[in-house]
Amino acid sequence: MAEDVATLDTVAAVPVEARRSSTRWDTLFRLLRHPSFRTGIILTALIVLAAIFVPIISGVDPDKLSMRTRFMPPGAAFLFGTDNFGRSQLARVAYGARLSLLIGTAVVLLNAVFGTLLGALAGYFRRLDNPLMRFNDALMAFPAILLAIALTAVLGRSIPNVILALSIVYVPRTARIVRASVLVIRQMEFVQAAVAAGAGHWRILRRHILPNSMAPLIVQLSFLFAYAVLAEATLSFLGLGAEPPTPTWGNIMAEGRQYMREAPWIITIPGGALAMTVLALNLLGDGLRDVLDPRLKIQQ
Amino acid sequence: MGRVVLNRIIGAVPVVLLVTLITFGLMRLVPGDPTAALTGLSGTPQEREQLRKDLGLDQPYYVQLVKWYADLARGDLGRSILLGQSVTKATFERLPISLALSAYALVLTLVLGLLSGILAALRQNTWLDQAAMVFAMLGISLPNFWLGLMMIVLFSVHLGWLPTGGYVPFTEDPIGWLRTTTMPAISLALLQVGLLARITRSTMLEVLRQDYVRTARAKGLPNYLVVGKHALANTMIPVVTIIGIIVSLLISGSVVTETVFSIPGVGQLLTSAILNRDYPMIQGGLLFVTLVLVGINILVDIAYAWLDPRVRYDG
Repeated sequence: MAEDVATLDTVAAVPVEARRSSTRWDTLFRLLRHPSFRTGIILTALIVLAAIFVPIISGVDPDKLSMRTRFMPPGAAFLFGTDNFGRSQLARVAYGARLSLLIGTAVVLLNAVFGTLLGALAGYFRRLDNPLMRFNDALMAFPAILLAIALTAVLGRSIPNVILALSIVYVPRTARIVRASVLVIRQMEFVQAAVAAGAGHWRILRRHILPNSMAPLIVQLSFLFAYAVLAEATLSFLGLGAEPPTPTWGNIMAEGRQYMREAPWIITIPGGALAMTVLALNLLGDGLRDVLDPRLKIQQ
Repeated sequence: MGRVVLNRIIGAVPVVLLVTLITFGLMRLVPGDPTAALTGLSGTPQEREQLRKDLGLDQPYYVQLVKWYADLARGDLGRSILLGQSVTKATFERLPISLALSAYALVLTLVLGLLSGILAALRQNTWLDQAAMVFAMLGISLPNFWLGLMMIVLFSVHLGWLPTGGYVPFTEDPIGWLRTTTMPAISLALLQVGLLARITRSTMLEVLRQDYVRTARAKGLPNYLVVGKHALANTMIPVVTIIGIIVSLLISGSVVTETVFSIPGVGQLLTSAILNRDYPMIQGGLLFVTLVLVGINILVDIAYAWLDPRVRYDG
């Protein structure tokens, strides 16, 4: 839940007049009135709460094997049923949610830092623009998932490697968006005024340009969270995520695939959880986009 | 027009050079000794040494790089360790299957995406609009491999209507081809259907507000002409630009979809290369697909300039 509050806080600080608290509240209220945002934030909150509390409350070890309880369908004893090793699917799906959210958050944070840095450098220092953006274009020429597949295949299976691969794939896309808004803002009169007043590059970037180019970034990051969660599940499903028996949603589905006939719930439930998470984040992103950056509404 | 084509091709040169350079660098990211992973636990030092020689890994980097570009210039993407076959040949052998599946999915994408987007825009804020947009949102959010598995559970395992996987070439048995490719094509297309429907809807709404559409209505043209002739042509322009994105998503999606439905295409070739740590195949396959995509994007830009004179004259 703490995450959601933090998100709302940054969101509210976005517009140009952010220092005036009335606008901050105004943005918040407009967001909360937006139907997709409302649905998205409630769903996201529920998923985050479940990821935090279900493992604590149930107290079931997701790795506990039990041959007597193999292939139990969802019911009173096991809410989400059990798998081929008799492991509780509820515990495994809940731990999977933690891993998905953890990886998504890490990718989003790395993108926020490096995407902003590269985008700001390319957009502000014109001499850096060409070399940085050529390299960016080249990385973006690869199909996203395919590049992530190749990178994880080469780096080896582990959660840090998945985070690294997804960041390499998505940072260029984030940098491009930040660069575009920095290019617009740096031409504005208040920036020229700051230059005239003798402000240094660092101060102009940090105090004047970046705070005013955050809206598209925040919209991008919320969609990025959805892509990252989906991409991580895809990589795990293909056998490129964390090593089994780590209960990522992709791993659970890859293992459950063999038992599709006898125990379809093994793949149905984690896939449903994944779909719900991605849906929640996309709804959230739609709402943020409409409220923070209405110009993008046409393009998407 | 010739200038647009030329500019676009020249503009792609640095991207292609960097893409090939990055792909070359990829192999060097393998931690430790890649030959150890390739020969497995049973590999003797002699075997590793031989493999290192075969792959040219015993040479200095600049020699490897020169060789990489010399091979590329001859269309040689290296040799697959697993198949003992050239990467180019292995890819081209399986390409028709992937192309047939992608073409089927692309047709579904265009028909369903454009149709639902246009209908939603024409009936803005009605139940039809809302249903189309909920459908589009689900298309964007549902993981395509999960959707594929769910269809297998329903249509193959429970109802027994369609096979769980495999592939029958169209030329041998068109009905069999449809039976084996319909579920994969649907699961592959749904994401792109959702994206296209949303973009078509918002573009169409924008176009319908333009003055020339009002003029067309004012002079008494019937609705089907206003929409079909005046609005639709201009709705197509932004839609063409995302065709590149759609094809990119189709290619990435087919890797997963072919694995789920056991279709022996390029996607499955790549997945089996991954599982067997066949690095030259991964490297060559990635480069092949990316270069095809760069080519498609050039074609899209040219088509864009051809469709929209404003782009042509601004250069």
